[in-house]
Amino acid sequence: MVESKKQWKAWLYLAPALVLLAIFTVWPIFNTVRMAFLENYSGLKAAGGETFAFGIGNFKKVLEYKKFVNCLKTTALLCVATVPISTLLALLISVALNSIKPLQRLLQTIFFLPYVTNSIAIGMVFAAMFNIVGSFHGTQNEIIATAGIVNNVIEFFGGTAVNWINSGSSYAANITVMIIYIVWNALPFKILILLGGLQSINKQYYDAAKVDGSTRSRILWRITVPLLSPMLAYVIITGFIGGFKEYTSIVGIFGATMGPPDDGGRLNTMVGFIYDALSTNSQGRASAAALILFGIILVVTLINLAVSKKNTHY
Amino acid sequence: MKVVLENLTKVFPNRTKGGEDVVAVNDFSFEIPDGKLVGLLGPSGCGKSTTLYMICGLQKPSGGKIFFGEDDVTDLPPEHRGVGLVFQNYALYPHMTVKQNILYPLQNLKGEDKLSKEEMLKRTVEVAKLVQIDNLLDRKPSELSGGQQQRVAIARALVKMPRVLLLDEPLSNLDARLRLQTREEIRRIQQETGITTIFVTHDQEEAMSISDMIVVMKLGVVQQIGKPQNVYDDPANLFVAKFLGTPPINVFEGEVRGGMLFIGEDPVMAVRNVPDQKVSVGIRPEGFILDERGPLHCHINGVEVMGRDVSIVATNEASLNPVVRSIISAENKVDTSSGTVRYSIKPHKLFLFHHETEERIPFEV
Repeated sequence: MVESKKQWKAWLYLAPALVLLAIFTVWPIFNTVRMAFLENYSGLKAAGGETFAFGIGNFKKVLEYKKFVNCLKTTALLCVATVPISTLLALLISVALNSIKPLQRLLQTIFFLPYVTNSIAIGMVFAAMFNIVGSFHGTQNEIIATAGIVNNVIEFFGGTAVNWINSGSSYAANITVMIIYIVWNALPFKILILLGGLQSINKQYYDAAKVDGSTRSRILWRITVPLLSPMLAYVIITGFIGGFKEYTSIVGIFGATMGPPDDGGRLNTMVGFIYDALSTNSQGRASAAALILFGIILVVTLINLAVSKKNTHY
Repeated sequence: MKVVLENLTKVFPNRTKGGEDVVAVNDFSFEIPDGKLVGLLGPSGCGKSTTLYMICGLQKPSGGKIFFGEDDVTDLPPEHRGVGLVFQNYALYPHMTVKQNILYPLQNLKGEDKLSKEEMLKRTVEVAKLVQIDNLLDRKPSELSGGQQQRVAIARALVKMPRVLLLDEPLSNLDARLRLQTREEIRRIQQETGITTIFVTHDQEEAMSISDMIVVMKLGVVQQIGKPQNVYDDPANLFVAKFLGTPPINVFEGEVRGGMLFIGEDPVMAVRNVPDQKVSVGIRPEGFILDERGPLHCHINGVEVMGRDVSIVATNEASLNPVVRSIISAENKVDTSSGTVRYSIKPHKLFLFHHETEERIPFEV
């Protein structure tokens, strides 16, 4: 323990970090809460000397807003669909990666590449893959042969082309593209964490399982997954938190319209809604939405923690 | 089930270019009789664990064959050999309770061997009773002491009723008191089940105390096989003599001249039928007799009283060990005033070894 006389020194060393934290983290949090509870708060009007009454009107407005409910639905849908898929895929890939010896390092690097690549850039590549390129004839829903890389592949295998993201595309098609993109984008981080977890599992458990006559799938589900459960819980919880904050991925593919050109805003998410509110100078409503999002993430995380506490071992 | 090893060899290829391959086990042939407890004994790196893992099937031999009874199991995977293995650090699955750990091998059984749930539980409880952990079935391994974990590991290895039980350094993770207790326990379990058991240890005391037979190994080569007492009383070479016994055997440089063994200038003992030559002389600590007119003299460093016995620590110019340690009964009065002590030697506690090959030289008293 530091002697109390010397404690001022400790505070001195901590000061730069504390000051920055206070300005850029603590104050904004307080300010968000303050703005959320001031009726119709607007930064512009506040600068003009207007005062605002205290109340919960912002929350009411946000919840009554049809767009907000829509954003909530899209966000929740993306979360629920992508987190299990990406976690399962990451688990299988990392187990496979862990069991091969040659080229392991190289493959590890390849799988990690998306993590260090800008997600907007990746989004644009995905958009290009799903986009309809070349000549686009006929009525809106009619798709002609030169319809993007993905559609070409589908047609090569005898399927029919789908209008993924262009005007006239369906909500289901849009969401499918988003799920594929988000899963792909989420894999590297999860693989990294799970692979690290796998490599720290004592190899002797596998020898023991072998002597005990386990099949490979039994080893995976009865030994590997339980021993990996702390890591799995971590990637699932961070996956859900990240999922509720989904925004850039949609911008990456659909641009700032947050939807196909003929139906902008269709794929808007919670964070998107907050940005929109900010851009119309409705800081009060944005703050209220942010607090609602915070509440949802908190509840989901608490549920996650409760479930994982029951199912993780150690 | 007897276990037969035929010219068993394991070579680990060297990874660095031009380096030599490592021969972990070299041409090991041995038949382990049914129902016996056999200790593989040797310093680290002598190939004893590799031998065990080859018998288990986790490692493939580079050459030679392994038989369980009449069955050639050399190419069988571990799960089809009918072996139970207890790992050095037990490798209990940390996320399962004791009961689940013991059940696990049974749940893996397939086809004809598949058991009903009741049967599995019954066998689990039976084996838990055998190793006396039936009151701990619902605990997790982390809630058990080292000795209890050891018992769970043995139970898990036994529950499948293996033909051969293998133990890798079973006592090395236990404290001294528990070690004594557990080794009795292993002996008891082995005798109650009658399963042929092979265990690996670097601790000679452990091996000597419970084994029916011991195999002493050095650098992948078997040095001697036999009953513990026989190996102790009749070591094949200097390595075996040095490896067995605590405190270790005292080794001297000596010379045989005209049928008399000299250590330094002391004519220690008449040895007949040994040609004149330089020799290494091994004398067990208990082979010294305090004798004022004895032929071997040493300079006393100190006397350690250990209750029942007295250990005299002395030096001798010809000794190859830093000190000469003798153990005599505490009833003897040790006179340290003169600074020297004289011994006569019990002939059957003295061994002669070739001073280069270190092989045993037989002699007649």
